Amino acid sequence: MTALISTQGLHVYYGNNEALKGITLDFPAKGITALIGPSGSSKSTYLRTLNRMNDLIPNVTITGKVTFKGQDIYAPQTDMVNLRKQIGMVFQQPNPFPFSIYDNVAFGVKIAGKTSKEEMDQIVETSLQEAAVWDEVKDHLHESALSLSGGQQQRVCIARVLAVSPEIILLDEPTSALDPISSSQIEATLLKLRTNYTIITVTHNLQQASRIADRTVFFMNGEVVEADDTKRIFMNPAKKATEDYISGRFG
Amino acid sequence: MRRLFDDELDELDNGFTEMGVLVSHTVQKAVAAFINHDREAAQQIIAEDHQINDREIDLESKSFEMIALYQPVTTDLREVVTILKAVSDLERAGDHARNIAHATIEVKGQHRSPEVESQLATMGEQTTEIVKQAIQAYVNKDEQAARDLVAINNQLAAINERLLREVYNQAQADSNVILAAMKYSAVAADLLRIADYMINVGEWIVYLKTGQIVELKLMQNND
Repeated sequence: MTALISTQGLHVYYGNNEALKGITLDFPAKGITALIGPSGSSKSTYLRTLNRMNDLIPNVTITGKVTFKGQDIYAPQTDMVNLRKQIGMVFQQPNPFPFSIYDNVAFGVKIAGKTSKEEMDQIVETSLQEAAVWDEVKDHLHESALSLSGGQQQRVCIARVLAVSPEIILLDEPTSALDPISSSQIEATLLKLRTNYTIITVTHNLQQASRIADRTVFFMNGEVVEADDTKRIFMNPAKKATEDYISGRFG
Repeated sequence: MRRLFDDELDELDNGFTEMGVLVSHTVQKAVAAFINHDREAAQQIIAEDHQINDREIDLESKSFEMIALYQPVTTDLREVVTILKAVSDLERAGDHARNIAHATIEVKGQHRSPEVESQLATMGEQTTEIVKQAIQAYVNKDEQAARDLVAINNQLAAINERLLREVYNQAQADSNVILAAMKYSAVAADLLRIADYMINVGEWIVYLKTGQIVELKLMQNND
């Protein structure tokens, strides 16, 4: 397996607290990987190291390596804007900017450089289509994105990430603030995107992981207990701790 | 942590074991009734067959409910699926015991063969034994005991072959025996089918313990 992105011996400390205890993981190109684990298992911390979102937290120390297409993303010469274009992130709360739907999707592209109106129209349309929200918003692209429902907002946020042509999409509990119908729309969207993008998603919804993920990684106490094909994790995991967690025997 | 699911699973597990014991007793009684030419006992088996069917339906409904409400995974799922699948095998075994009871009633008064009936008695004992051992293997969740069921099944097949030869010989020698002979071979076939269903139960026990779906009889031939 050639990894598109991988971590080697990744440690993260918040002050003296060791949140991640040496994580070594490979993510192949394309497909969906779900990161699961109890609250406080540091799976979100891990996700955020993959596009350096933890850099903004004071008092954080990161050791080990994160390699994206053979390059160490923590090397000093890394261009952060470019990195986050290639590795985009979607958060738990839909967070559209207080502009129109169109401008939300165009935002990242505008920052990256000059684009003609025609090109931009095309990018916005394609991105919204890929995010499976185009049909619902195409007639009011210039209305505020905040007027949309939570599920629609989240898909617009996904379109905003797609607009800058990323290779990897990181999602941090993308459906936990949504109702079941909106959640299943997001799931359907991710299932369509998985053939063209590498998707890594943190989720507390185990059924969601089992429904959509190709691979599942189980985190506990800042360590990876088990990483395997999702079917194996949910049918016959190798580790007892994994089985206990996914069968709800914890606590 | 003790989960509500664990309590419900215990209840399901006990229900399955009780049904297994009921089927085991029914097979034993059917064999005894046939050997002893006991029509009354046979009538009773036929009259009580619905108890086995009712239990099957109860256990199936309960299994569906647990899958829908708890969405079990890994060993939890395997426990429910094992019961859901094996309960049909128990019910079918019960149907064959009922067939034997019918044969008991129909063979009455016909010309009979004590030699063949004595071999059927031996087959009946072996069949009763395999049912008991299958249920015990389930209660103990004993994979090896489940795999060992095949050995008894082989013995049964061997007795069956000798018995059929005897039946044909007798039928050839004395045409009065033909009607009884047909019943004898039908009862032997019922006993073999009961044993086959117990092998299926054994296969589900192996699945429960390992997650592997196996064919115990085929595996033995490949050894």
